[in-house]
Amino acid sequence: MLKTINLKKVYPNGEEALKGINLEIPNGQVVALIGPSGAGKSTFIRTINRLVEPTSGKVYFANEKNDITSLNKSKLRKIRRQIGMIFQEFALVERLSVMENVLSGRLGYVGFWNSFFRKFPQKDIEEAFRLLQRIGLEHMLDKRADELSGGQRQRVGIARALIQNPMLLLVDEPTASLDPKNSRQIMRLICELCKERNLAAIINIHDVFLAQNFAERIIGLKAGEIVYDGKASGLSEAILTNIYGEEDWSKTVAN
Amino acid sequence: MPIIKQKDYKTWKKFDRKRDLLNWLCWFLGTLIFSLCFGLISSNTIWFYVFDSHNEALDLLGRMIPPETNYFYTLIKPIWDTLNIATIGTTIGTLIAIPLAFLSANNTTPSKKFIRPLALFCIVSSRSINSVIWALLLVAVVGPGVLAGIIAIGLRSIGFCGKLLYEAIEEIDENQIEAIEATGANKAQIMTFGIVPQILPAFTSISIYRWDINIREATVVGLVGAGGIGIELDAQIGDLAWAKVSVILLTIVVAVVFSEWITAKIRKAII
Repeated sequence: MLKTINLKKVYPNGEEALKGINLEIPNGQVVALIGPSGAGKSTFIRTINRLVEPTSGKVYFANEKNDITSLNKSKLRKIRRQIGMIFQEFALVERLSVMENVLSGRLGYVGFWNSFFRKFPQKDIEEAFRLLQRIGLEHMLDKRADELSGGQRQRVGIARALIQNPMLLLVDEPTASLDPKNSRQIMRLICELCKERNLAAIINIHDVFLAQNFAERIIGLKAGEIVYDGKASGLSEAILTNIYGEEDWSKTVAN
Repeated sequence: MPIIKQKDYKTWKKFDRKRDLLNWLCWFLGTLIFSLCFGLISSNTIWFYVFDSHNEALDLLGRMIPPETNYFYTLIKPIWDTLNIATIGTTIGTLIAIPLAFLSANNTTPSKKFIRPLALFCIVSSRSINSVIWALLLVAVVGPGVLAGIIAIGLRSIGFCGKLLYEAIEEIDENQIEAIEATGANKAQIMTFGIVPQILPAFTSISIYRWDINIREATVVGLVGAGGIGIELDAQIGDLAWAKVSVILLTIVVAVVFSEWITAKIRKAII
């Protein structure tokens, strides 16, 4: 479903964030991407929908011929509609209502003036109601996003990504701004929704425990290179030491 | 080297000796310059008038009181003109400032090399010329009257609103923009869904603030013939009709208090 070939990113300051990532993700698979800060996790998922332009390499999406890196602007926008994204700081438009934030996921399908006057198609509005009910926020739809708590905001972020009806979810540290209880609930929600819709997802997460518990496959990234790719149960002390550095990993692995 | 080693202990001072001397020298030079300037100004002042000024002020006040209250009715039209100059001028100014601000802001300008400097130049030139000077020029160009005042106020407001607005645009949260971009939205949609909601509070408070300033400026542009209550003020001072001048000043005070009240109300309602 998604295949990257020798994907590289060098920032203008010379920093090599990605040193040639080769990765293949089949339909409906939830992958956790772990690694220390600065390993290139955020850069990697942003090079897939080209919020960050990759320096070289290819990203095939949906089929072997569809190379995202070679698309022009308007074709790229069409592809972006099929890739949902969830962010660490939620990245909701703070001064818009919950409903507007959810519906903004449909912007790629709606013309400018219709979006300007907030005239969304009836089926989008119905889908927004359904999603808000699924995430348990249907009573909040008129609230402004900045009135919500962290966990509620992330749920709205999830609804905004899902209303795109995507084939792939890119999830950037969804729990880093949340408390442990909300973290677990949000991870569970994302994984459940992926299963319901047979969605593939790449989840950047630095919490090894959450990654092991919720993802079937784990990829370890270190300084822009893949150093582990396998089952969650396959993580050993030696592997974690390789990814993160020297530390007592025995308790983490025991879990 | 703020740590000073003595024989058997070390101590700490904020500055070393060299810096102490430099500080002392600066204070000395500052005092010297102040005294010299004071001497110069003093020798150019006729102190007799200064010491007499309280008598003059009392005399003027005596002529202003009692104000000629009937005169107020002839002021209704000019003060209405003044309010209109301020309101229409502010509207025109902010409307032109919006596109200029988007062209000037680092993160929204279409071209950093060419368009941005051009837009910044427009903003700076509008800001650097006072509205009275704009009014003087415009009275010569479009003739005396309300129109000259409106354009003068508008031209001056472009720079003020443009600068504050483009700074607000540069301070937006890029994460929210990124999220809208990731949904496949186009440039215009990113602007209306991502940028506009973030700068709307800044925009309203900037334009209300400018309107508040413009009410006061609109009273002054009349002094050079650009319409409103200033024309009346200029005429009555020329006639030495101090009882009428006091009515004008009171009217201006009332108008400004009124505008303060309105802006406070609007701010409360919007933000």
